[in-house]
Amino acid sequence: MKFGVLQFPGSCDEVDALEAARRVGDAELIWHGERDLKGADAIVVPGGFSYGDYLRAGAIARFSPAMESVIDFAGEGGLVLGICNGFQVLCEAHLLPGALLPNENLHFTSRQVEVEVLSGGGAFTRACGPVTHPPQRLSIPAKHAWGRYYAESETLAAMDGSGQLVLRYAPGENFNGSLHDIAGVCNEQGNVFGLMPHPEHAVDELMGGSADGLRIFESMRMTVEGATR
Amino acid sequence: MVIHHSQGDTLSPTLEDALALGLTRAEYELVCEKQGRAPNQVELAMYSLLWSEHCAYKHSKKLLRSLPTEGEHVVMGPGENAGAVDVGGGLVCAFKVESHNHPSAVEPFQGAATGVGGILRDIFAIGARPIAVLDSLRFGEPTAPDALDERAARVRYLLEGAVSGIGHYGNSIGVPTVGGEVYFEGPYEQNCLVNAMALGLAERDGLVRSAAEGPGNVVVLFGASTGRDGIGGASVLASAELGGEGAEDKRPTVQVGDPFEEKKLLECSLELLSRGLLVSLQDLGAAGLTSSASEMASKGEVGIDIDVARVPLREADMEPFEVMVSESQERMLCVVEPSNVAAVLELCEKWEVGGAAIGTVTDTGRMRVLREGELVGDMPVRALVDDCPLYDLQPRESSEPLYPPPAATLAAEATPGQALLALLSSPNLCSRRPLFERYDSIVQSRTVRRPEQADAAVLALPDGSALAVSIDCNGRRVAADPYTGTIEAVLECAANLACVGAQPLGTTNNLNFGNPEKPHIAWQLTEAVRGLGEACRALEAPIVGGNVSLYNEGASGPIYPTPVIGMVGRLPDARMAGRMGFARAGDAIALVGAFAPSIAASELAKLRGEALPDGLPAIDVEAVRATQAAVREAVGSCALSSAHDVAEGGLAVALAECCLVGGIGAEVTLSASPATALVALFGEASGGFLLSGERSELLELGGRVPLELIGTVGSDALTISLTSDTADGGGTGEVLRIDLADMGAAHAALGKLFGSGGRDE
Repeated sequence: MKFGVLQFPGSCDEVDALEAARRVGDAELIWHGERDLKGADAIVVPGGFSYGDYLRAGAIARFSPAMESVIDFAGEGGLVLGICNGFQVLCEAHLLPGALLPNENLHFTSRQVEVEVLSGGGAFTRACGPVTHPPQRLSIPAKHAWGRYYAESETLAAMDGSGQLVLRYAPGENFNGSLHDIAGVCNEQGNVFGLMPHPEHAVDELMGGSADGLRIFESMRMTVEGATR
Repeated sequence: MVIHHSQGDTLSPTLEDALALGLTRAEYELVCEKQGRAPNQVELAMYSLLWSEHCAYKHSKKLLRSLPTEGEHVVMGPGENAGAVDVGGGLVCAFKVESHNHPSAVEPFQGAATGVGGILRDIFAIGARPIAVLDSLRFGEPTAPDALDERAARVRYLLEGAVSGIGHYGNSIGVPTVGGEVYFEGPYEQNCLVNAMALGLAERDGLVRSAAEGPGNVVVLFGASTGRDGIGGASVLASAELGGEGAEDKRPTVQVGDPFEEKKLLECSLELLSRGLLVSLQDLGAAGLTSSASEMASKGEVGIDIDVARVPLREADMEPFEVMVSESQERMLCVVEPSNVAAVLELCEKWEVGGAAIGTVTDTGRMRVLREGELVGDMPVRALVDDCPLYDLQPRESSEPLYPPPAATLAAEATPGQALLALLSSPNLCSRRPLFERYDSIVQSRTVRRPEQADAAVLALPDGSALAVSIDCNGRRVAADPYTGTIEAVLECAANLACVGAQPLGTTNNLNFGNPEKPHIAWQLTEAVRGLGEACRALEAPIVGGNVSLYNEGASGPIYPTPVIGMVGRLPDARMAGRMGFARAGDAIALVGAFAPSIAASELAKLRGEALPDGLPAIDVEAVRATQAAVREAVGSCALSSAHDVAEGGLAVALAECCLVGGIGAEVTLSASPATALVALFGEASGGFLLSGERSELLELGGRVPLELIGTVGSDALTISLTSDTADGGGTGEVLRIDLADMGAAHAALGKLFGSGGRDE
């Protein structure tokens, strides 16, 4: 199982994502200017500020050669995980519905948050175990200025109906003002997933006291290996 | 060779021009003597910058020579872009603190942002990857009885701008901001301080120096293009007192930062070094090309020719002197062997940063500026860099108090409970959460202790050990006693390191003072440097680099003398890093150390509006050092649940902080009579620690250092009682009992002053 982690000139969390992925499989960086995804079984679009993001977060990154290949890869059913800026890029690329707007407080905010695992997006959450009531929680840090998830109400209703809502901020944890407390969503096919919190920063209890984020990477490994078995 | 003047430059500059650029008459005459003639425009601009206080340290250099700079861990000392200490495993930690005070007072967002950009370039200029930023900020009082008070509103604007700027740069470039400090005091109202410290990691044999070498080698400028921004920043801004009215006019001299450009520059620089393509590397900071090229030439004892026509420009028609003094951000200068130039430029292209060969290393010992081959400036490197006159300070202690007493905000008859809540909600002591939540503190996956989890930030190293880092200075106490107050600041940093289990390796400092030409400021500076040297010697934490920011004063007087101390230490096992918060109900609480507090110059004295005392009680540095060693070892052996040093606000505030961070209360009994209650609760001094853990473990520690068991962790309130040895024992018993929720509400006071609205607020 091999992860490919995209690297833009303004990526910040690409090495963190690379190291997190290496805890469950092989992983390699993919330079933004390259089209070759190096035989990766799953792609991670990492956090950071891709090309500076002075225009709008992720607006330029979606046109990079590597992203064009990722769009094709996703179309063929490949697993794609977008974290923070990666989520923004996937929305700009229309691989995911909706958009990420400036936080309600208009500031970059960095905070450990609790998110609830919903029924959608099994390819990315299966290592969390069965969906429970009340839902299971993951403790993962979030840090962003543009994280307020928005989609039109018809879109949201459709997403809810087709199991595209994957993670929700637990009560009191939604600091950015996302609609319906949405923290992570997937596409209709369930192979593309974006979330604002950073699972790659919750893979070792030494750093921050939670390894809950590892389950996202573990889930992707299970999905890929289940499919190839 | 004859200097050809370009058209429009036929008028040679005069003595009056030199004076306007900040040189004295005597300095101008010395320049003429060194040149053997009057300097032309290019030369005068370059001399005026390199001979400014900011570049030449002409009022502080002699004093700084008294500081300890060598030790077993020191790999690179002062004189390079940053210092470095050995941290084991073949790695070194590079670190340095620098100020960007004057630019931040003019435009806080860009001033603070470019301050971070500048200190990061210093770190990667020596070949280290930046791994952390800390900030040290000082502002005026953010509150006033009248909610619409314009002065307090301006303080809040500066705070908002500076914190946003630091976050903007650090977050965007992917370097975590892991710690910092901020104080609010009247004397900083017209001169805020914005100091930023950065740490980097490098392979021990991967460090690079800035000395230009090898006549015939090529000088390559890479990074952003050069514009008119920041022209005159060094001399016009940094070396003159800020006038109240002039601030607006000076805005064009503040540079604008672009963290995306710097991110590319950082990666490009490190890749150039790792491929062995560079002979030497230097960042462009104050005084731009002038300073970086001249200093590279000076260190290598060579000459450099630069052709300004080959410098990529952002604006057309820039004069040669403008190109040489521009402070456009995100640029680096390197020396490259001719055979490697093509490879260097190719790598610049990969990272999409501009790169241009703009000059040559020569054996002439001269700094020569050309325009398309025509010589437009020609100066001896030694004269430019080393021959600026150094001045002796004329220190004399002021016979009058320099600072007015602060406005009283707490009634003299307040109860201990009221005093504790007032302290917890005061701007200096309330929680910094609204500030540090603006910063990414975890990127790069090294952060073992985040802000407010422990007294120092802790960063994991690849071999399982960890770095710890702290930054501190209580300027009010330094103002009361520059010598003792500075020792306290150094001890405070070391105490913070001890609380996570780390031993100091090295120190950096930023000396923020008023106008050193005034005898009482010279006295503050002299006394502070004396205390700094003594404390760093005693702790074996030598100074590996630093910065000096003088002339921090305005019409209403000087700032508090503020020698900001940054200290880096190491702990053998990252998993053993200490925590600040109480953790377990039933744990015993101990007060450790020879702790002899007093109210003088304390936070309580400030709230009561008391004037500064003339001097602080002397400190037994050796005793404090022994206590710190005992605490460090106890934390390192994992014998404790928590460790926190007693600092501003005294023991009661330290107890409250341990309760709030841990989310659990405590019941404490102190030996004090009603007459000494306030001193016991709120008095301040160096050397006290608050530890919690198993009673037996704490008692064992008591065999080594003074230790008193004072209470037990538990409940959802902080309860403090007094017990007296005196005969009557009257008036003792419970003196305060405050619920965690009420303490938490008080401690959250900063949120009301900060960040409640939009960016443009």
